[in-house]
Amino acid sequence: MRIVISADKIHSDFVRQIEESSGQLLLACNQCGKCSAGCPVVAAMDLLPNQVIRLAQLGMEEVLESNTLWLCASCLTCVTRCPKGVDLPRLMEALRVIALRRGVTKLDLSALPPELLKALPQLAIVGGYRKYVK
Amino acid sequence: MMSIPYFPGCTLSTQARDYDSSARAVARALGFELVELTDWQCCGATFPLTLDDSMALIAPTRVLYQAQQSGERVVTLCAICFHVLRRAQALLARDRAMLERINWFTGQEYQGVRVVHFLEILRDEIGWEALRAHVRCPISMRLAPYYGCLLLRPHNEIGLDDPEQPTILHDLLRTLGAEVVDFPYSIECCGSYLTVKDPRISETLALEIVASARESGAQAIVTACPLCQFNLTYPQRNSDGIPILYFTQLMAEALGLSGLGEVR
Ligand code: SF4
Ligand code: SF4
Repeated sequence: MRIVISADKIHSDFVRQIEESSGQLLLACNQCGKCSAGCPVVAAMDLLPNQVIRLAQLGMEEVLESNTLWLCASCLTCVTRCPKGVDLPRLMEALRVIALRRGVTKLDLSALPPELLKALPQLAIVGGYRKYVK
Repeated sequence: MMSIPYFPGCTLSTQARDYDSSARAVARALGFELVELTDWQCCGATFPLTLDDSMALIAPTRVLYQAQQSGERVVTLCAICFHVLRRAQALLARDRAMLERINWFTGQEYQGVRVVHFLEILRDEIGWEALRAHVRCPISMRLAPYYGCLLLRPHNEIGLDDPEQPTILHDLLRTLGAEVVDFPYSIECCGSYLTVKDPRISETLALEIVASARESGAQAIVTACPLCQFNLTYPQRNSDGIPILYFTQLMAEALGLSGLGEVR
């Protein structure tokens, strides 16, 4: 992938939207990687959680294509450990919300095995709709 | 008998009824009554992590308002209801503009209530020593206390216990007579809502947690969360597994309330 870094992107609406919506300063993250080291879902992610932040810091909208946003389980482990006090799950949610508002939908209950669908607790379905559909 | 307003939530009223019924029986045996709110609906099951999503605050605020009609506090059991309501309580207490906005929308005057977890009542109001005196059939099992995520984090708003080295379930289970095993996955995520989107991933996470507990010698895993309970139970469907129990089921056993704690 060819990466173009520019001051325009770094000061774009995209960056402002992420920061306003999450209440976090992207540049507070110094890329230490502690969040990714403790993330339980990291093995399935195409970008490490700290790499998602890095792309967002640079205003690169390509970050919305990463599966990491959708695999972050909002477990809040990284919030507990970040030495800079960055609330990373809020950043992940801000990115998800931007993608959802652009029309992406990530939940397809009909694709689930029927026996799982029957067994799921109510709160998983309610929560799923709130997290993955707008 | 002291009564405490109680919000069961959707899952405890349906799939996790054994959590609800064992808790009610345990409460009665300990001298207090869980009185279900007369009118309630779903808390929304997620706490909104973006600041501009006031829509998602409406459901929990309605629940808080319903609780306010019954008193100054409300007790919960489901770790997710607890998390959502406690964070909504904290947010609305510090953000007046948001409070006014939601009240304007719902037409209800929510002012403030205190959301507590059943475990906090056991630890902070009854106390482990007093609870020990109620134990009639000590639990003779090796148990793995599993906290998961939402009962503990984020610490600044939840504050139930140490977010990295919690002890509340350990202390409870020891009080019931059980042998507690420490295992490295006790605060690791079960996969949460990924179970409706990428069930294979959440199954992998869950099976690691279960394997770790078994390697540590546990005969059962103990939880306070119906989503953890499901996420850890379901992936074991095709194999010999270990049961995932609610802490209230073990309490019912230990207090001699036979039948109520039965493992399904
Ligand atoms: S732990 Fe915090 S500072 Fe370190 S990379 Fe992650 S978000 Fe950035
Ligand atoms: S909140 Fe998301 S990014 Fe952070 S540790 Fe949990 S799954 Fe990983």
